[in-house]
Amino acid sequence: MHALEKILARSAERKSVHAGEIVNCKIDIAGINDLYYQTVKSFYEMEGEKVYDPEKVILFFDHYAPCATEKQADNHRKFRAFAKEQGITHLMDINEGVCHQLMADYGFSKPGETIVITDSHTTTHGAFGAFGTGVGATDLATILVTGKLWFKVPEIIRIRLTGTLQKGVYAKDVILHIIGKLKADHAVYKAVEFAGPVLKEFSLSERMALCNMSTEMGAKTSYIEPDEITETYLAEHGITDYTVYRTDDDFQYAEDLAFDVTDIGPQVAAPFSVDNVSDLKQYAGTHVDQAYLGSCTGGRTPDFKIAADILKGKKIPAGTRMILVPASRFVLRECMEKGYIRTLLDAGAALTAPGCAACLGIHQGLIAEGETCISSTNRNFPGRMGNVKGRIFLGSPATVAASALNGEITDPSEYL
Amino acid sequence: MESFAEGTAYVFGNNVDTDQIYPGKYVELTEPEEIKKHAMSGSSEPDLSEKFKAGDIIVAGTNFGCGSSREHAAITLKEIGAGAVIAESFGRIFFRNAINLGIPAITCKGIAAFIRRGDRVRVDFTSGEITDLSTGKKFQAEPMGDYMMNILKSGGIKPMIREMQRKKKAEREKP
Repeated sequence: MHALEKILARSAERKSVHAGEIVNCKIDIAGINDLYYQTVKSFYEMEGEKVYDPEKVILFFDHYAPCATEKQADNHRKFRAFAKEQGITHLMDINEGVCHQLMADYGFSKPGETIVITDSHTTTHGAFGAFGTGVGATDLATILVTGKLWFKVPEIIRIRLTGTLQKGVYAKDVILHIIGKLKADHAVYKAVEFAGPVLKEFSLSERMALCNMSTEMGAKTSYIEPDEITETYLAEHGITDYTVYRTDDDFQYAEDLAFDVTDIGPQVAAPFSVDNVSDLKQYAGTHVDQAYLGSCTGGRTPDFKIAADILKGKKIPAGTRMILVPASRFVLRECMEKGYIRTLLDAGAALTAPGCAACLGIHQGLIAEGETCISSTNRNFPGRMGNVKGRIFLGSPATVAASALNGEITDPSEYL
Repeated sequence: MESFAEGTAYVFGNNVDTDQIYPGKYVELTEPEEIKKHAMSGSSEPDLSEKFKAGDIIVAGTNFGCGSSREHAAITLKEIGAGAVIAESFGRIFFRNAINLGIPAITCKGIAAFIRRGDRVRVDFTSGEITDLSTGKKFQAEPMGDYMMNILKSGGIKPMIREMQRKKKAEREKP
């Protein structure tokens, strides 16, 4: 069996599972995001009384943090009342940040766990060797009532990364390149495992970016086998109680792919789909009205460090604005302590509260018709960040910072 | 669940994401009557909710409903009365959401190129046969699998869980 199958088998209280069968799994963490009050509505429509285990339920106020409309505020109010009534103590209020980053910061994300959150980028937790998957509100409500959810055991694609990373090339460039080659629906219903020697070059932060973006190939879940980098990270966060499952040597992957990263330069996904990927140089010089650094994909401390290194002592030119959205309050605090925020503010950037912000076009940095944004986020669909005729280019945090510096899409490698 | 759906087809392309089906700015709405008004409002048919008649059918290419987990994308299509959503493939969360709400999400490879906007389409849920009544062309949907068919037949997952809850409660309250 694959490690992911072993996790599902453990959760389903079965000796073994195989691809294609439907299993009913116990859920270790059930996370609800603030934009899905429907979850609570569905819970009561199903005549739920008490949630299955208040300790395993986490409410994340991330997409609307802090609220921009009365309706959002009212949804938060109702969620707080629900938490109180149900004895849910893990309520991540508007000061906390994006769910996936908080899962890492608080140590909820760890090897062998079955994690379900009402956010499509829950694949992120594969970076820790967990089974993480996103679901809708009613699926999550089913977990709240029964403690379980059904899954079809996915086929697994292995993507081995080989070669040497060039200067200015990060996990975000690698995953954009892969999505550009495989396309947005390649991994629908399947799991994607990342493997190969290049992973040794990637910190947990970079690995989270890889696994996060596997959603944009349609993946149900994502996986990186825990290694010494994972163990060191967990030890630093005081997490010791976890089980690492290992894939059997004779496991047969549905597909076994290899990508040599040596020839990859900085990449961008051009409007209006994540798989519309090119070498950055094809769009170099394109004016950007907004440079957006943030999100569960590209808003962590190392991302702010790169941006601060590029913009230190420089000024963002008139005609371009830069928005900083730290992924969590822990990230914000660390970036403040290390001086990255100050450096970026001195360069002319604007800082917003930790959260999802404009990544999905809710608030804090929407773009107008005809405007162009270079963004370290994960989606560039029409209207994703405001006007449907606003254009979003996705790139690495380094690309975002270098592009902010010049007011146009810029290869970051010459500034590193 | 009815054994068939018949209605006018509205046809969409590949990779129609949930931001097109239901833009993020309306996700704060929680009442079905409000959610209904914004169906496909970020797509090539922004005023679909005004034209769409109960029983009409959505036809799309590959990866329909990719992107966000927002159940609003499925709720809005349920509330405008979609008789079925037929696509060459689905984004996985959208697919689960649709089945959970009792919307027949039917997978049929290669169909989008053959059905024109405005054609009358009939779907037989038992046999999986899809007929374009305007052209006479027939297509065979992929089998759905018993587990998902069972959820659909129950009218979605909510009635199933509700029934389970009631049984449990009755057990508890037995003298």
